Formats: sequence, C-alpha cells, structure tokens
Amino acid sequence: MSSFMKFLFERDTWQEVYDSVTKNKVRTVITMIGVWWGILLLISLLGASRGMENSFNRLFGDFATNSVFIWGQNTSMPFKGFQDGRAVQLKLTHIKEIEDNISGIEILLPRIRNGAQVIRNSLSGNYGVNGDFPLLDKIQKKKMLNGRFINQNDIDLKAKVAVISEDIYKQLFEKNEDPIGGLIQINKINFKVIGVFQNEDLDMGPNSDVHIPFTTFQRIYNTGDRIGWMVLTGKQDFSIKQIESDAKLLLKNLNNIHPNDNMALGSFNLGKEFAKVTGFITGIQFLTWFVGIATLIAGVFAIGNILLITVKERTKEIGVRRAMGATPFEIKGQIVLESVFLTLMSGFFGIITGGWILIAIDRVWGQGDDATLVNASVSIAIVFVSLIILVILGTLIGLIPAFKATSVKPISALREE
Amino acid sequence: MLEIKNLHKSYPIGDTKLHVLKGINMSVEDGEMVAIMGSSGSGKSTLLNIIGILDEADQGEYSLDNVKIKNLGEKKAAIYRNKFLGFIFQSFNLIKYKNALDNVSLPLYYQGLKREKRTERAKFYLKKVGLLDWSSHLPKELSGGQQQRVAIARALASEPKLILADEPTGALDSNTSRDIMTFLQKLNDEGKTILIVTHEQEIANMCKRIVRLRDGIILEDNFINQLRIKV
Repeated sequence: MSSFMKFLFERDTWQEVYDSVTKNKVRTVITMIGVWWGILLLISLLGASRGMENSFNRLFGDFATNSVFIWGQNTSMPFKGFQDGRAVQLKLTHIKEIEDNISGIEILLPRIRNGAQVIRNSLSGNYGVNGDFPLLDKIQKKKMLNGRFINQNDIDLKAKVAVISEDIYKQLFEKNEDPIGGLIQINKINFKVIGVFQNEDLDMGPNSDVHIPFTTFQRIYNTGDRIGWMVLTGKQDFSIKQIESDAKLLLKNLNNIHPNDNMALGSFNLGKEFAKVTGFITGIQFLTWFVGIATLIAGVFAIGNILLITVKERTKEIGVRRAMGATPFEIKGQIVLESVFLTLMSGFFGIITGGWILIAIDRVWGQGDDATLVNASVSIAIVFVSLIILVILGTLIGLIPAFKATSVKPISALREE
Repeated sequence: MLEIKNLHKSYPIGDTKLHVLKGINMSVEDGEMVAIMGSSGSGKSTLLNIIGILDEADQGEYSLDNVKIKNLGEKKAAIYRNKFLGFIFQSFNLIKYKNALDNVSLPLYYQGLKREKRTERAKFYLKKVGLLDWSSHLPKELSGGQQQRVAIARALASEPKLILADEPTGALDSNTSRDIMTFLQKLNDEGKTILIVTHEQEIANMCKRIVRLRDGIILEDNFINQLRIKV
C-alpha cells in the first residue's frame, strides 16, 4: 500500500502519464469526448430542471400547495323532491359540520367576496372586496409591504379596517404617500387601511383585492351566515384528495344534493395540480440522471475501449518499458492513472462547459420575474459526486487495458512489429 | 559473469512443441565481447531472451553475476533486468514521443532515481555517444545510426553488468554499422561485457568470441582475433 501511495503521489508518475496523454493529442481528445459529453448533459439538464423546479416553486411559493377550494354551483340532478338546477348556497354552519366530522383538516376557512366601488377622495375603482379571517395569511401567504394583515381583534370588533393590494394602493394613493391609517370608502362606509400586500406571483385573477374582516363583511353586506366558498388545507399525513371528497360528500348530504351529482359543488384542488407539476419535474430529473449516468458510463467505456486499442498499439512501448525494468505494477498503474486522468479531465471540461451552458440558459430564460428557468444551477455536491463516480469508473475501466498490457510477455511484446 | 548449463526451451505450436534450445552450455567472463551467430530458427534469439530475463527456460540452469535466475516472477525479473542488463534492439525501440534525453532517462526512472540525478546521468551517456546536442530531439528527427546510439546510451545509463544487443546493426547501412560496432568495441575496451546476436559474419568478426548455434545446440565456440577498424 505504501509503495502504491508513493507511486500515486510521485511527480514522475504523473509526468509519465502527462507525457503519454499530451504527446498523443488526437487519441486523447477522441477518448475524452464521450465522458465530456456525458457530464455536460448531466450538468446542463440537471441545472435546467432545477431551474424549472425553482420557477414553479416561485409560482406556487405563496400558496399552501395542499389546499382545496370548494364552492356552490347549481344542482344537475333532482333529489329528495328538489328540482335540478337549484343554486347551492354554502353556509357557516357547513364549515362547523365539516370541522366536526372530517379528520385530517389543518385549516378550514370560509371566504366571501363582492365586487365594490372603492373611493378615496376623488379617486375610485372597482375592486373585489373579500371578507376574510386572519388564518388566510397561512394558506395564501401575504407579503406585507406596509402594516399588517387582519387579526382576531378586528374580527371580534367587526372593525372597519382594510388590507389592500399594491395595485390598489398605486391607484388610490399618491406616490410615496403613507397608506397606513388612510381612509377608503367601501359601500359608502369609511374603512381605515391597515396594510398593503405585494401583488401575487401566481396569477389568480386581477391583483385588485381588498381584504376586510369577515364579520365586518357580514355586517355591511348583511350576508348572514352565507359564505362564498371555503378553503381548506390538509394535515401532513392525510390525503388532500380524500379530504376533498369527504367534505364534498358531507356538503351534498347537508344540502340535499344527489350523491352522484358532480355539478352541484365546484372545487379546485391545488395540491393535485401541484403534485402533477412536481411529479413532472421529478420525472425530468430522474430522466436526466438516467440519461446523464448512462452517457457517462458509455463515455467511460469508450475511454476503456480506446485505451484497450492503444494498449495493443503500444505493446512494443510497454515491452520496451518492461525490458528497461518497469514492473507489471508500474505498467498497470500508469495505464489506470491514464484512464483516471482522462476521465477526470474530460469530466472537468464537461463541468466547465456545462456551467457555461447554464450561464447561457440563465441569460436567455432566467431573467425577470416571469422567468421560465429560475436560477438554473447544480449543487457543488452533485459536481463532487459526479467527479467521484468518474474516478471510480475510470479506475475500474482502466483495469481492463492495464491487465491486458501486462498479460503480454515482454518478449512477445518486443517481437511485435 | 554468466553461466548457462543444459538449457532447454520449447514453444508450443498448435498441438506440437517446437524444441528451440536443446541443451545449451556456455559461460561468459567479465569483459568479454561475444557474438552469438546462427541462421534464423537456430535459437539465437530465444537464447538472448532467456539471458535477458525476458523469457524463462523450461529446463537447465542460468545464473547471472552469481545470481540464479529461476522462477523470479515478473516483479523480480523486472528489477533484475533493470539492475543487470542493458538492451539494444534491432529496431532501436525508442519511445517515439519521448526525446533522446527522456528515452535515455527511462531505465533510471524505473530505478527510482531522482529527476536531477537522472538528467545528469542521461546527459553524461548522451555525451558519451556523441549526441548531447540532440538531447531534445524526438527519435523521428534522428538518423538510424543516431537512434541506435541513443539506444546504446539508454542501455548504458542503468550501468548494467551486461549489454545485450539483438541484431544491433540489422537496420543500419554498412558504414553506420561499422561505426556502431566500433563504438561497442570501445565500450568493451572500457570493461563492459557485451553479448551480440547477429547473423552477419562481418559483425561477428568484430567481437572477441563467436558462438555458433544450429538447431538449438552450440555448433562451435571460438575465441577469435578481433577485427578492428581504424577510424
């Protein structure tokens, strides 16, 4: 082992490898292409798929990705004496029933919305006014630019406070004006602005929302216990799909809807959509690894193959070296090192050119807020792992020509013309 | 220096065996210059290979500098080759991508000498063969005679006990052949023991002793009056 280490770390050993590799340039370059290409593919494809993942994450980022929205529509089947085409109205009591009867729910929120003209001094606009609870911030994370979101106190006091979007602020307020404490008129009632939130990344309609406490909404629009729709999220270990269908079945039951009526309740399962996307990305990443590693292995085999051919070509040289006193170990060692050196070098070049490709991708597709590939990159760990894989594969594949080289008796090697 | 007793060697050819050496007995003393002659198939190359520890005899004894050469294994054989022997080949067998200096340094590299020491010694022997100015030239930039002299420098560099030359002038014209032989004579004068395999009578005449092989046995073994050519 110690002689091996000595061999490995001696400058002369590497000088020999370097000479043999650099003095046969064409052979070296041809040998390196396969592995270079494999690493390049691996790095650039992994980077690109990471970029795609990042951009989806940014898109969904502020939304709880396990949330479901349920709202009432019109029935499509007659049931228990009711005609079809009846409008289904969800109510606060339904929320209570779902909370009591269905397990696995993390957050369950009623929401209600109205279009309204919002006036401030001489400026006005038509916006969506939402009656909300503080917990909404947990499901649909609001990035507050100023102030705060609705809290429990606002709910309890039925406070006339409003949280407005960045767009509305821009439309109703002067530039650089402090919005907090400013008054806006909704439905002829004055509301005090308590917060401004950043526009949503995920484009779920116009960014022109005003949020007021749910209880305040109930009072000013006199909605009683009616709600617009509900949002619910599932706990970690529960299937959001199951929760969705359980909740809908219960709602059908409470509203005298035929169990097979699929039109009466509308719903949107963000988790399901998100899972589709993440599954797609995982698939792409798996495919990338598969293609990358397979190409790498093919490349390493190409190196082994060419080394095997060149060993045949160099039979005489090897014979001479052995006549000069090279031990079989030294011959084998040199060939294995050549193999590792070639694989590593092509790996380095592949990583560098792959990096360039990622830089180019970033320039073309990675700029701006709506970039398709955000921060396309690979982690240092992946680079290290692939280098280690290269060293291992290079060593293993180098052993084949190495043993081939020393299996020829020096005498027959020298005789070869 | 060299002691061979009842040496046998055969090679398998298909199902049969070709008996190449059929009991060779010879000994060579320090400072001799011996030509081994014979037509092709006489077994002269096989004998040289066994002497050069490139091949092993089936039967018989061979000792070199009082060391028995038997069942050495590849590693030990390599060390002995490096320590005891310097090879000169018909086709020079220089490594084509290494310059003259690096070719001469090669056996010293396998001896484990430090780089400076190697370069120093390789230069010394390149100078000895008159090619110091050609140190950085690749083999293809040298003439046949020059290549063979680089090969001789390489054989000398490891300071071996015995120089083995396999048809050293086989690839050279007669003038260059004479130059090379004269140079080998000079080395012999300095005390090097040299063994030359050749089929040319003129070359053999320039040695001090001729061993003639035929069909795997020694036909004659005579000391002669060495032919010297005045330069």
